[in-house]
Amino acid sequence: MSRKRVIPGFGLSLGFTITYLSLIILIPLAALFIKASAAGWDEWISLLGSPRVLAAAKLTFGASAAAAAVSVVFGLLVTWVLVRYEFPGRRLLDAMVDLPFALPTAVAGITLCAIYAPNGWIGEWLAKWGIQAAYNWTGVFIALTFIGFPFVVRTLQPVMEDLGKEIEEAAATLGAGRWTIFRRVVFPLLVPALITGFTLAFARAIGEYGSVIFISGNLPMKTEILPHLIIMQLEQFKYDAAAVIATGMLLVSFALLLLINLLQRRLDWQHR
Amino acid sequence: MKTLTFALLAFAPILALSSCGKKGGSASNEKPLKLLNVSYDPTREFYVDVNRAFSAKWESEHGRKIDIQQSHGGSGKQARSVIDGLEADVVTLALAGDIDVLHKEAGLLPADWQAKLPDNSSPYTSTIVFVVRKGNPKAIKDWDDLAKPGVQVITPNPKTSGGARWNYLAAWAWAEKQFAGDEAKVIDYITRLFRNVPVLDTGARGSTTTFAQRGIGDVFLSWENEAYLIEKEFPGQTEVVYPSISILAEPPVAVVEKNAEKHGTAELAKAYLEFLYTDEAQTLAGKHFYRPRNASIARQFVNKLPALPLVTINADFGGWAKAQKVHFDDGGTFDRIYQP
Repeated sequence: MSRKRVIPGFGLSLGFTITYLSLIILIPLAALFIKASAAGWDEWISLLGSPRVLAAAKLTFGASAAAAAVSVVFGLLVTWVLVRYEFPGRRLLDAMVDLPFALPTAVAGITLCAIYAPNGWIGEWLAKWGIQAAYNWTGVFIALTFIGFPFVVRTLQPVMEDLGKEIEEAAATLGAGRWTIFRRVVFPLLVPALITGFTLAFARAIGEYGSVIFISGNLPMKTEILPHLIIMQLEQFKYDAAAVIATGMLLVSFALLLLINLLQRRLDWQHR
Repeated sequence: MKTLTFALLAFAPILALSSCGKKGGSASNEKPLKLLNVSYDPTREFYVDVNRAFSAKWESEHGRKIDIQQSHGGSGKQARSVIDGLEADVVTLALAGDIDVLHKEAGLLPADWQAKLPDNSSPYTSTIVFVVRKGNPKAIKDWDDLAKPGVQVITPNPKTSGGARWNYLAAWAWAEKQFAGDEAKVIDYITRLFRNVPVLDTGARGSTTTFAQRGIGDVFLSWENEAYLIEKEFPGQTEVVYPSISILAEPPVAVVEKNAEKHGTAELAKAYLEFLYTDEAQTLAGKHFYRPRNASIARQFVNKLPALPLVTINADFGGWAKAQKVHFDDGGTFDRIYQP
């Protein structure tokens, strides 16, 4: 650590970083933990172990993971098209990817619901095959896919752009077929970015509230997401209980993200 | 916190803020006196009219412009916003329980707030009715039809919506009479009813959208006034059905004294609420399908708002505090419905 640094001002910038992180992240989170710790162990166990919270947790984490996974598959496809091909309207398509970022989530939820409800444009069509796409698990999944999608594309895009055509050409001259090139050469290089994209989409989906409540139906034990349960506790003036659920949710999310990070590091390591 | 709430308020699309100041007129250079009325979902249209009428009256009497703003949402949610710092001068909510918490949680008004104005501080009443699809294809006539297999019922969540609590208690009251107070049978009925609910929105307006716009459900348990609003908005698509018995809903009003004193609006806020009892406002209430308290004005609307047997929260459920505890608090009868 005593090595002389090229860029001066380490002390100042570290101080700034810590102050900033404290204000933005640490202090609010600490306040949440303090509030949650006001509840006794019994309350923690009875709240987090209640069938309703567990059902909501299963839905929230399950649908978020599924939505993030689907976003990864289609994100890869869309990014490939955007990066590798030139076609009229490419820039427009590129800009459209960001729409879920910009749209207020409530607007997204209402719009999705209007389209996928049994009397909506797409919902009507799906209903003919007996598929209900709103007010059930599918509805939650659709909303979470919508909001998570841009994260995958935007993390993947710069990596793919940096990926020169040379390595593919080199592989081709060595006799590799198209599928082999993708599987053995291109894909491994994209994996870290795909995992990051998945993680971001997943994390975003877990905390999503605004767009989901309009399309989920909010039935206890069936289509209730964790953030909605937290809001319900708040509306009953149970700030402690809300903080407990939020903290539990945060801990599980943190553990999952940590796990994904470790996995990514290992993959990186193997790659070197 | 407060600035944050206001910043949110400015942008939140669900909080339709409309100001009803008289343009031009008796020009005084004073800033208009602001009054914020925090109300629940279906009163939107009613208070737009009330504000217009009251502003005209106040300005001609006092020569000072006023600017009345209104905010709407689920009743419980609105109460929480006021506790969290939304500086309402008056609250006009769906049930007394939601105003009680303003006293209990934040001391914003005195415990005896409900005695400050006539008729339990409820200038108008309402009740819970059924809205069905045109021609009533599932032949829904009374409460027992709601629990039949194959019937889809739309109601908001009683945990978050005042209207939904009235729905729940009305169904409960019917079942209690039907099964002669056998609680196991009552709970069984309520459970079957809620098994038929495919979507639980957080507020009455959300449920209206689900039923009327999205076309979900066979019957919608609705505020009487909201039921007629749906009829107006979606002509020829729905019908109102009156069950054999319902509940007298008393949506109360109160001055949030702490905020009004701070804003210097105590006098204005009091006059605003008292105005609701005048013939003019009572007629407006009837026009918006609320049941006026004034008997002679109520008689003018009796064709549209027919008399029916109504249970009351005080006589049949022992008041809001008790009803809240027994039915809607965590572990209450409503929670038990969803226990596996």
